[in-house]
This record gives sequence, structure tokens and C-alpha cells, in this order.
Amino acid sequence: MTELTSRAPTPTDAAPGRNIGFYAAWGIFILAVILLPLIFRSGGSHTTFSLIGIAAIFALSYNILLGQTGLLSFGHAVYYGLGGFLAIHGMNAIAAHGLPVPLPFVPLIGGFAGLVFAVVIGWVSTQRAGTVFAMISLGIGELVASSSLILRSFFGGEAGITTNRTDLPALFGWNFGPQIQVYYLIGFWLVISAIAMYALTRTPLGRMCNAVRDNPERVQFIGYDPHVIRYLSFCFAGFFAGIAGALAAINFEIANAAYLGAVQSGVVLFATFIGGVSYFFGPILGAVVVTMLQLELSDVTTVWQLYFGIIFIGIAMYAPGGLASLLMMHRPLIRAGTLSTILPADLIAIVPTILFACGVILTIEILAAYSQGNAGSSTIRLFHIPFEAANPMTWLVAAVLTIGGFFVARMTWRGVTAAWDRAMMAARERGYHA
Amino acid sequence: MTNAIEIRAVEKAFGNVRIIQDLNLTVAKGERHAIIGPNGAGKSTTFNLISGHITPTSGDISLNGERISGLRPFEINRRGLSRSFQVTNVFAKMTVWENIRCAVLWATGQRYAFWKNVDNLPEVRRRTAEILEDIHLTHRRDVPAGLLTYAEQRELEIGITIAGGANVIMLDEPTAGMSNTETDRAVALIRRLTEGRTLVIVEHDMSVVFGLADRISVLVYGNIIASGTPEEIRGNPKVKEAYLGEEEH
Repeated sequence: MTELTSRAPTPTDAAPGRNIGFYAAWGIFILAVILLPLIFRSGGSHTTFSLIGIAAIFALSYNILLGQTGLLSFGHAVYYGLGGFLAIHGMNAIAAHGLPVPLPFVPLIGGFAGLVFAVVIGWVSTQRAGTVFAMISLGIGELVASSSLILRSFFGGEAGITTNRTDLPALFGWNFGPQIQVYYLIGFWLVISAIAMYALTRTPLGRMCNAVRDNPERVQFIGYDPHVIRYLSFCFAGFFAGIAGALAAINFEIANAAYLGAVQSGVVLFATFIGGVSYFFGPILGAVVVTMLQLELSDVTTVWQLYFGIIFIGIAMYAPGGLASLLMMHRPLIRAGTLSTILPADLIAIVPTILFACGVILTIEILAAYSQGNAGSSTIRLFHIPFEAANPMTWLVAAVLTIGGFFVARMTWRGVTAAWDRAMMAARERGYHA
Repeated sequence: MTNAIEIRAVEKAFGNVRIIQDLNLTVAKGERHAIIGPNGAGKSTTFNLISGHITPTSGDISLNGERISGLRPFEINRRGLSRSFQVTNVFAKMTVWENIRCAVLWATGQRYAFWKNVDNLPEVRRRTAEILEDIHLTHRRDVPAGLLTYAEQRELEIGITIAGGANVIMLDEPTAGMSNTETDRAVALIRRLTEGRTLVIVEHDMSVVFGLADRISVLVYGNIIASGTPEEIRGNPKVKEAYLGEEEH
């Protein structure tokens, strides 16, 4: 105890958490947004980056609720979708009336649409947190999604509504026809939104959101109404979700019922959770991973959603802090210089772990081939090695890899845990806790 | 002069069960008032009634002459009453510094501001630093509250309670579960921090009660059976029979 306290940082009057690393991280983020499409120049990667940017804003907005305020929403796509629809209507109106509003301002239409609906819906749904809030969000999500198929004049029914983004006035000679121009529009709003949402966490309201997340009861006894805090948090989340939705509408030039449905609400939950709710950058990480998985995995396998689910369950069980927490766990080790001590154990563990993963993948693909009724003719390509799904040898390989890999891997994981504990201990002794 | 707290004929019933009946209690301004009584006598319920955690079924509670019964906890808090909890009730994932700062925000008029940088509020920073100094937790300022030792969490609990500058402070068993040394430290802390304010305290440790309190009320089965100075309470036969008698054998 005395040892702990004597090594704690010396108290200062200066505000905490403002160091070079902080500005460097933001600098790298902004540089990456600007430079990535110049490094990866194909049209496909520009599309991918655009989708990642949209998903990142959406996931960050979701984390205002989940990570910052402790509100689990199953219907966040409502504000994303309504933002998208309003943006399309806005763009069509601008084009039809020849209004002098260039495309880069359209996301504000989406943002305010999301905000207005959050203002209206949020007051009731944020009365309570926890299960009640989650259920209401689910109910409202279903309500809005089903009305999108009924109110055809506004939502366009199953076909949705379309627009043409190049009909809007050009800005500095950009008409936003090419994907790269759309990407930079999204990138601009990603940077603006990320900075704004980070700034929000550093305000009195943002701090009280955390307090409500940790202990809503106590908040009442320090003068704050937790309902008002949840409500304001909800409104901000709706605003930024609306911006993301409008960017999606600009990107695809269409909005349909899928924008505001339960699947979309689920994807943002996945992305935020996989990325990690307890660090601000977690949802950005999650947006990158989930978007890449959605795009790449679906090319490789027909049962990509199954892998998606397995990854989600794996994170929930073994790394509930998400990828961001996994990364940040290493920070005290890097600072204390003990990171290298865990590398040997990691390297030993990685071989059987990969073999185990290959076994699981092979098993899933065999089962998938059988369940789709084309096992006899199906060849599974795993890292370019062909396997016949109907061949018993393939089953044997899958079984050996899965079962054998698991038991060997489990033994090596113990080594990783032990090495990790030693490294953490050494880091603590040098005075680095987190 | 109006009293800090006045409870008149308060009753609280859950269904048919009346756990508080005809409760009357007066706490003068600047007084250190202890409420004692056997387990289940309704001490915590009394705290919950005064602080707005639960609403009385009937009767009247006023704070500094203003009626507060029926108000929500945060409305009562804004009128100058702050309470602590028997079970430590802090913001576990936030640091010690942030815990105290949150408790300072409303009192310094920040309300729900989302346009100010919380790190650039000199008044908030100064008061947070002062409170941390007062509760001797400055050296632990960057530790998440959930990782503090039990005694430190109890001190933080008191810090959060007093941080808003309320003039009526209510502490629910602040020394429960502490060792003798820790208790002495906590009592000295409470005495210093509630200087010039009204203090209402629920406590089981009789040495704390008789050492700290100007007046003592004895609560038995949801009813105040005696209220007076420590000497009067010590000499009161009803109290001896109901409560102290069991303790002193």
C-alpha cells in the first residue's frame, strides 16, 4: 500500500491527460484520413474507405450512449436512417429548386433530422436506463422500420428513394461525382465529428454522462437529474448518427428501409463493442474491422455471418473491453520496457492457435457445404490449399486440427498468461500501472 | 431562527406495513445531531425520507424552513442538503479526482454545460483540489475509485458528500467496517469538514456518537423515543431499556 502510494504520480494543478502522445494520436488519425486514399489508389479501396468513415462516425455516435452513458440501444439505426432519408429529400429539394447549397452541407440536414427525432423520442425512452431503455429502443426501432414500408410517399417503400448528388451546386470545382471526392467529403465529416464527440466527453455534461454510467443513483445526490443527462446524451448520439446516415445517403445516392432496421442497429452495436467501448478510439477500430469483415469475408465464404458471430462471442467472452482494451493493455509494458519478455510465449502460442483456428474454419466449411447440399461437388480452398468436402480425409484433418490444436494451444496459452503476469508485475515494480 | 431540518408527523408505509410512524425530529442549524437505534429501527429509512430517496406517505419535512417532502433527490440536494451512503456509493470507474469534480460541478453552476472544457474551469479545479486535500486523497487522485482501499473509499464517500458545499450534511454510518485507527481518523475528518455546517449522522459506534454529537435522537421501531444532549440520553431510562441497556452489559 505505501509502496503503491509513493510511486503514484505527483499531483499537480495542471489538467491531466494532455501530453505529446495525445496530440500525436490525433495527428496520425487526421493524416491517415488524408493520406490513405492517396496510397491505396484503386476505386475499390476508395469505396472501402468511404464505408469505413461512415461506419466510424456511426459507431462513435453509438458509443456516446453505450460507452459514455451506459445506455444499451438496439435501435440506434433509427436516427442514422432518418438522417439518411431526410438528406435524400433535402438533396432532391435543393436540386429541384436550384438552392445554393453545396453537397458538403447536406450532412447537417441529416444531423438535425437525427437530432429532432432524438429530441422527440428520447425524452420518454431515457426515463430509465438498463433493460427498460433497451426494450424501448428495440420497440421504437421496429416501429420506425415497419412504418418505412407503410409510409411510401416519404420512404419510397421497398425500393427506397434515390437522388443524384452531382445535381447539387459544385464547390471549388468539385461536383462529387468521383468516389475520391465523396471519400474526402466523408473524411472531412469524420474528422469534424470525431473531434466534436471527443470534445463532448471533456465537458461537464460529458463527465456527468460517465457518472450516470457508473452510478445513476449517486448522481441524484450531487444535484443532477440522471434523466436529463441521459436525454442530452441521447440527443447528441442522434445528431451524429444522423450525420453518418446522411453521408451514407450521399455515398449510395439511395436510402431504403434497410437503413433504419434492426440489422443496421445490430451492426453498429457489433462494431462499437468489438472495437471497445471504454476507449474513445475503440469504435473507430471496430468500424474498420467490421467493415473490412463485411466486405472481405463475404467474398471468401458463404457463411461469413457465422464467423462474424463467432468473433463477436469470442470478444465478449475473452476480451470484453474490445480490441482497444487489448491494445491498451500493452501500454504499461511498453512504458516499462518489459514488452519483450512476453514475446517468446506469444510466438510459441501463435502456432497451435492458428492451427486450431484453421481446424475450426475447415469444420465450419465442411458443415456449410453439407447444409447447402453441394458437399459432393464442393472444394474448400483454405489458404489456397484445396480440400474435398466429401472426402473423409478432410474430415480427419479438420478433427485433428480442431481437437489437437485446441489442447496444445490451451497449454501454450497458460504460458502466455504466466509471461504476461510476470511482465505486468515487473512493470508495476517500475511504477507503471496503466 | 429556522431549523435546519424539521420533520413533522411523517409516516412511511409500504403497502400495509408502516415502517415509520409519526416521526418528529428537529435539527437546529449548526448542530451535530446523531440518530441511533437498534438494527431495523428505520434509521436509513429516515435518511432516505429526508434526502428524497423515498417519499413520505404523509407528513411534512422542511429544510431551512422550506418544505422539501415530495421533491426529487437532486432538487433537495440543490437546496443545500447532501448525504452519504452506508454502502459505499462512488463512481467506480472514474478516478478519485473525477469523482470529486463531478460532485463540485452543480454547485459551481456548470449545470449541463456541453460547451465548456471541464479541464479549463479554474473554480472547479480549485475546489476539487481543496476537497482532495481535505480528505487526504491528493496522492491517489488518478486512481480509479473502484481500486481504492475500503477506508479510502469511505473517505471519498465523505468527500463527494461535502464537495457541493451543502450546509446540511447527512452521513450514514461513515465509520462502519473501519478499524479503530481508521475510525479515529474518520471522526477527526468529519469534525473538521462539517465545521460551521449542520451534521446529521447515523452511527452504531457509541464512542463516535457520544464524542461527536451535540444532540442525540433515539429511534426505535420507526419512532423517536428520546431526543436530547448526550447526558440526557445517557440518563434516560426509556433509552436504557430500549437500546443502551443491551449494549452496556
